[in-house]
Amino acid sequence: MAQKLYGATTVDVDAEGFLTDFAQWTREVAAAIAKEEGIAELTPAHWKVIDYIQKDFKENGQVPSIRKLNKSGVISTKELYDLFPGGPAKKAAKISGMKKPEGCV
Amino acid sequence: MSEKIQKVSIIVSKGGLDGVYPGLIMANGARMEGIEANLFFTFFGLDAVLKKRMGKIKVATVGNPGMHMPSLLGILPGVSAMATAMMKRTMDKLDIPPVPEFIEMVSDAGCKLYACKATVDMFKLKKEDFCPQVDSIINVGRFYEIAAGGEIIFT
Repeated sequence: MAQKLYGATTVDVDAEGFLTDFAQWTREVAAAIAKEEGIAELTPAHWKVIDYIQKDFKENGQVPSIRKLNKSGVISTKELYDLFPGGPAKKAAKISGMKKPEGCV
Repeated sequence: MSEKIQKVSIIVSKGGLDGVYPGLIMANGARMEGIEANLFFTFFGLDAVLKKRMGKIKVATVGNPGMHMPSLLGILPGVSAMATAMMKRTMDKLDIPPVPEFIEMVSDAGCKLYACKATVDMFKLKKEDFCPQVDSIINVGRFYEIAAGGEIIFT
């Protein structure tokens, strides 16, 4: 299994760089992954999304879809695309320490 | 890995749920991957963006071999509505939204939506008949200009 060093933390990742063990996730790791994905700084708006994704995963065992993020009032689809440009669902999941989302929508 | 697709332009030419959804899912999926996406609605595919029709799109139970149902059954009143309701429930569980919400979602995702001029003229439609997400009514020539440099998918 591949490993990656983010700051002072070494994490296990899959071939596409998604964390394979959420226990290794820290806020610093999140910020470092975000930088790699072209997001210079995680703002409170980003954290609101990340926190919700992690909470929802804990409750349902699934990374919430863009639709769910929108419907639950966390963030509108437009804003989500603005915050995580070039692939919001994948990038937000990656930064949140989740596996790659599997759904089609 | 081969070069990443940069842009897709998807033509939705068929009505009915099974005609409309594949194009919407592919366009939305493109945006989710950071791919530029355009949707071009033509012929009965226009139902997906017509205010009056977009909320009432059903799955065809007659003449649709994919339904695994004898056509005689399919003509009974309510059968198409029932099949549609069942399908919608399943899709909702998979987080696939109903057509009007899907149009809004794909538009919010940055996909551009266009209606086909020839069909609009044929059915005597006006810009006001379309949902606000439709950017404009364009002819085939304009479609090719917009699609230039990307992939074109016909559904």
